[in-house]
Amino acid sequence: MSDLKKIRDEFISKLKGKLDLAELNQIKSDLFGKNGLVSSQFKKIGTIDVSERKKFASDLNIIKDELHDHINLKINEIEKANINEKLEKEKVDVTLPERSFVRGKIHPVSQTIDEISSIFSEIGFSVEEGPDVENEYNNFTALNTPDNHPARDMHDTFYLDEKKERLLRTHTSPVQIRTMLKDKPPFKIIAPGRTYRSDSDQTHSPMFHQVEGLHIDKNINMGHLKGCLNYFIKEFFEVKKIKMRFRPSHFPFTEPSAEVDIGYEIKDGKIIIGEGDQWLEILGCGMVHPNVLKNVKVDPTKFQGYAFGIGIDRLAMLKYGINDLRAFFDCDYRWLNHFGFDPLDVPTNYRGLSR
Amino acid sequence: MKITFDWLKDHLKTNLKEKNLLEQLTNIGLEVESVESLSSDNQLFKVAKIIKTEKHPNADRLKVCDVNVGEKELKKVVCGATNASEGLITIYAPPGAIIPKTNTKLEIAKIRGVTSYGMLCSESELNLSDESDGITELSKKYEKNIGKSYFSKSKSNLIDLSITPNRPDCLGVKGIARDLAASGFGRLIASKEKKIKLKTKQTLKVKINKEKGQGCSVFGSCLIKNVKNTESPQWLKDKLISVGQKPISAIVDITNYVMLDINRPLHAYDADKIEKGIIVRNSKSGEEFTALDNRIYKLEKGMCVITDNKGVLGLGGIIGGTRSGTEFDTKNILLESAYFDPRSIRNTAKKLNLDTDAKFRFERGIDPLSIETGLKKAASLIQEICGGEVSKIDIQKIESYKTKTINFDVNSFENIVGFKISENEIQRILIDLGFVIKKEKKFLKLIVPSWRPDISQQIDIIEELVRISGYNKIKTIDPIKDRSKSTLTQTQRLFHFLQRAIASKGYLETITWSFTDQSYNDHFRETNKEIKIVNPISSELGVLRNSIFSNLIMYMSKNLDRGFKDLSIFEIGPVFTGSNPGEQKTVVCGLSAGKKSRLSWIDKERNIDLFDAKRDVVQTLSEAGYDSDHFFIDSKTPNYYHPGKSGRIFLNHSKDKVVAYFGEIHPNILKKIDIKTENLIGFEIFLENLKLSRKTLKDQKLKFSVSDFQKSERDFAFVVNKDVEAQELISVISNVNPNLISNIKVFDVYEGENIPDNQKSIAISITIQSSEKTLNDKDLEKINNSIIEAVENKTGAKIRS
Repeated sequence: MSDLKKIRDEFISKLKGKLDLAELNQIKSDLFGKNGLVSSQFKKIGTIDVSERKKFASDLNIIKDELHDHINLKINEIEKANINEKLEKEKVDVTLPERSFVRGKIHPVSQTIDEISSIFSEIGFSVEEGPDVENEYNNFTALNTPDNHPARDMHDTFYLDEKKERLLRTHTSPVQIRTMLKDKPPFKIIAPGRTYRSDSDQTHSPMFHQVEGLHIDKNINMGHLKGCLNYFIKEFFEVKKIKMRFRPSHFPFTEPSAEVDIGYEIKDGKIIIGEGDQWLEILGCGMVHPNVLKNVKVDPTKFQGYAFGIGIDRLAMLKYGINDLRAFFDCDYRWLNHFGFDPLDVPTNYRGLSR
Repeated sequence: MKITFDWLKDHLKTNLKEKNLLEQLTNIGLEVESVESLSSDNQLFKVAKIIKTEKHPNADRLKVCDVNVGEKELKKVVCGATNASEGLITIYAPPGAIIPKTNTKLEIAKIRGVTSYGMLCSESELNLSDESDGITELSKKYEKNIGKSYFSKSKSNLIDLSITPNRPDCLGVKGIARDLAASGFGRLIASKEKKIKLKTKQTLKVKINKEKGQGCSVFGSCLIKNVKNTESPQWLKDKLISVGQKPISAIVDITNYVMLDINRPLHAYDADKIEKGIIVRNSKSGEEFTALDNRIYKLEKGMCVITDNKGVLGLGGIIGGTRSGTEFDTKNILLESAYFDPRSIRNTAKKLNLDTDAKFRFERGIDPLSIETGLKKAASLIQEICGGEVSKIDIQKIESYKTKTINFDVNSFENIVGFKISENEIQRILIDLGFVIKKEKKFLKLIVPSWRPDISQQIDIIEELVRISGYNKIKTIDPIKDRSKSTLTQTQRLFHFLQRAIASKGYLETITWSFTDQSYNDHFRETNKEIKIVNPISSELGVLRNSIFSNLIMYMSKNLDRGFKDLSIFEIGPVFTGSNPGEQKTVVCGLSAGKKSRLSWIDKERNIDLFDAKRDVVQTLSEAGYDSDHFFIDSKTPNYYHPGKSGRIFLNHSKDKVVAYFGEIHPNILKKIDIKTENLIGFEIFLENLKLSRKTLKDQKLKFSVSDFQKSERDFAFVVNKDVEAQELISVISNVNPNLISNIKVFDVYEGENIPDNQKSIAISITIQSSEKTLNDKDLEKINNSIIEAVENKTGAKIRS
């Protein structure tokens, strides 16, 4: 019996016994290690007579493969057995709670501002901003509301000095003035932001939010105004049709001026926007007064257009069924969590305004 | 402005129904605020007299009154009014009556054990006035009406209109009728002036002083002698009651009636109480008078006053004085009908904080040509009801009314409004509204009616025309979906990004007021100027916030009191640095309280700490596109942070602008505010300090290069002095060879056993990788040595063996 066969038989019989992983590795190294039995046989190939060399090499390879496969099979068996044994032991109660997580939320006013911006973005409005502290000129005088105008009484203004020159803006309309003074027509902007009036009761908060709209160009008329608001309200409330009514009103900075009502009804204690025979006032608007245009150095014989102002908090209340305005600013954890929006719910045109 | 359909019909001929009227009023801009049915059950409200009052046995403030309501038996009524006294004539509401103000139905009720059969009403409960102090007091003249209904049988509803400040003409019933008629709702009835004989001369001399800022330009008057002031006739009382006014005496009622009917305020003086004559002049500083509201007013210089030899009789166009007021025994009266400048009226009323019906009307602008009409209308009524001889009308003026004309281009209408109406229709509407039209070649020359101070230019005419034609005629022109400019600026986009990035890390967004409590604000004000609001809504909201923390802490504390323990809130909004426009900054401010993990079966319980906040800030900034590898951090923070547990972040080593602070809130503040939580951690990110990248995302995406050569991780432990910051070590290491050192991570900091007292051990794992080749042992050995050498040399550290 050749050496090769001897090695083979010896180890095949060895491998038949019960072996653990360490023993198998020992065998592996005994055979295939640097000076292992099989490895040394390979080193011998060169010394063998040419006539027998081919056969020897071939036999050696066969034996090598056979032993190799045998060992690997054994290792696999053991590893598999080990995993199975582990699986038997490893079982957890998956109904136990996951690691805790916290969800942040976006305030409904912020969400509503994003919705509004998304809607107006579609029809070419860009967003402008202005400071919360305004001077008396931008907030009133430039808006055709000179001192001693009775309309000033309707704005209970917070003042920052005794001379009443610095104040907290009572509406977002001064952004119109800033925008038009800064640039040249045409203008097509919305300006959402904080506004302030010294009024505090169930339906009034000393701070609230408005969005201003302004579109000045050649030939913009009240039909465009109606179309723009009709589009906005439909999109905002995500309804196909909206009942809308323009009512003559008066604001010093627009003429003709209108207040806009939308139709609603109460069904099962919930307000349904767009239908019904009740009217709800939601915004004021009008054609920008020529005096305002003159104040900002825009020629009213060449340019004209409309402006509007909408209460954002009120829109949010209507859309999301929020009853109490004051709760918006009360920071009650439960309220924020309930009425807040997931930060990943970014209102966009293609994904929709809201879920 | 309160009207009834019945009163309107004095001026308007129409067959239309009240329902149509309400719609039409709103359609032409005279918004109907409310419709009250004063009359439906009002026959139940009776004139009654209190016969006897007794103290309520079980309540100190209540009285039990025996009331004569015209029936055999007296009614027992429990009443809380202080003015309920024996002999008082008042208004009684029986059980079953509906109180107009509250819309509640009265029932027989036991009040503290005593049964009350009905109620004695205050003026406000009956919507007669805002007077809610005590029950209505009727004059002795009502004695004969006891048991009779107080209200007339009128079926007309009380319609309350919200008249915009530009329309003083509609503060009179006639003006409203005129608008309605122009809109096609009926026909305006021409007023007939009753002819009265004016024989005698007006003997009281009237003079308007021509002085700077004189608020009165015309003063018309007539003297009516030998009148017998009496109770008004029923028709007049009914009329006033129907619009919620309380009848007082014929003379006062008549002046009120004329005012409500044609918006012509008048004032009646007891002529015998006027010393010599009337002088209209500017007040002197410190002058005083007692007004009809029984208050003494101390005047400033330059207010328009009606005076006589003895002093001030009244504030012109605002309020009369008690000294010359008419009473039931007044014999001779001087009737005033004047024009006061709106500006002057408003200034004076504002300074004295006075609001009266006359002031409300004059400050909006009274028809300057209604002086005589008003005087005649009132005088003839006075003569009719109170007798007497009426003098000729005396008119003093220092300025004449100039008619306003407007050249109106009829094409401008369509240009603004978007639809067309015929020139005939334009002319008809304007004529109905009182304009006089002269047709010129290219335009209409319009003379503006004297009662329309609001009309001065072409746009005003367009408004009139579209208002009367109907806003429903305006077409709806759909907007074009076209955008030529990006919706948001880069800063605005960053604002929205930060807002949602912070929220996505578990923070609830709040919106709090821009003003705050001064005492809270002081904790976070540092050296900033305090910005006071002159007229705050309450002293707790008296200053503009210098930091968002004051509000967040206040509300955090409230939420903790509600029983929530672990909470993160934030706000993105303005803080103020001065009281000028633009002196404000946009800050993202977050606040976390309590524990990061509490009562967990799986995680170790631990308090929230500054490294949680730091993670949120750094992650947010890096999500927003700022490379956190370049951030530079130090520990100089405002004094409201814990000095040893807070830091500030710069975008890079050049320390240009602080972009954020993070850290524990100073324990002294927690103590003062008395907030109970395990830990309170805050951060602030300053939007304006974040440099906007000039590179777009598109530009950044083009550069993608990674190395596939093998990387090696080597761990080092350095022993350094305690005051050496980890950042310093990292900075030194990254500078050794930026091309080969791809990642540096501090994984352990140790102080204590085996380490000298003033030192600490910092363990750092460094990833070394080349983009050109696989590094061999020699290369690695070389860089290891350079790292150790650099750290030891530059930071005084020693490698731990």
